[in-house]
Amino acid sequence: MGCGSVGPMASPPAQALADLTEISTQVEAAVVFDREGTVLGSTVDDERAGRLAEAALELVRAADEARPDGAEDLVQLDVALADGSVFVAADGDRLIAATTAPEPTVGLVFYDLKSCLRGLAEELEAKPKPRRRTATKKKDHEKP
Amino acid sequence: MRSRSFLTGFLLAIGSAAAALLFRRRAARRRERAELYLADGTLVSLVDGQPGADRLLEHARELLATARI
Repeated sequence: MGCGSVGPMASPPAQALADLTEISTQVEAAVVFDREGTVLGSTVDDERAGRLAEAALELVRAADEARPDGAEDLVQLDVALADGSVFVAADGDRLIAATTAPEPTVGLVFYDLKSCLRGLAEELEAKPKPRRRTATKKKDHEKP
Repeated sequence: MRSRSFLTGFLLAIGSAAAALLFRRRAARRRERAELYLADGTLVSLVDGQPGADRLLEHARELLATARI
């Protein structure tokens, strides 16, 4: 897993994230971001989403450094703490980080997070990219 | 005499409750761990105190705190 700097929110929370919080009662908060650090969607407000993505990227960096030498790439991780758990899963260039209450059903949370990432990928592929508007300056002779 | 035994019992009960609370907290902290899943299916488990685990746990704590503000 590679990482970058945290950028601004690219789009409003996607349907996939809404489905995640509806289906998975264990997930408290979730943020989807790319390896550049751009937030693609989240279940929290923009400011907190950016901070969550930043913290998640730091976590991924620390996990990459903790891997044994010559080990394969990191695909997902979970950290169990006394007052809750943190999960990060990756699907290509997109990552999702989520928090839960203590002692969650780890396999189920990972399944839900990966389903969310897949759903989000489908949404983004189905949604046509917005056309870039270019401002056209009127020539002097066209002005009234 | 009776009030003295009541006080002893009361202090014993308080002490037991405090010890149980401490034990639970320590046990919970001991359960803190990070699990890294690698592309080839390997699972690397790091528990509190192992090299690299402290940083991971610290970042995870920060993330959890941010999520719960």
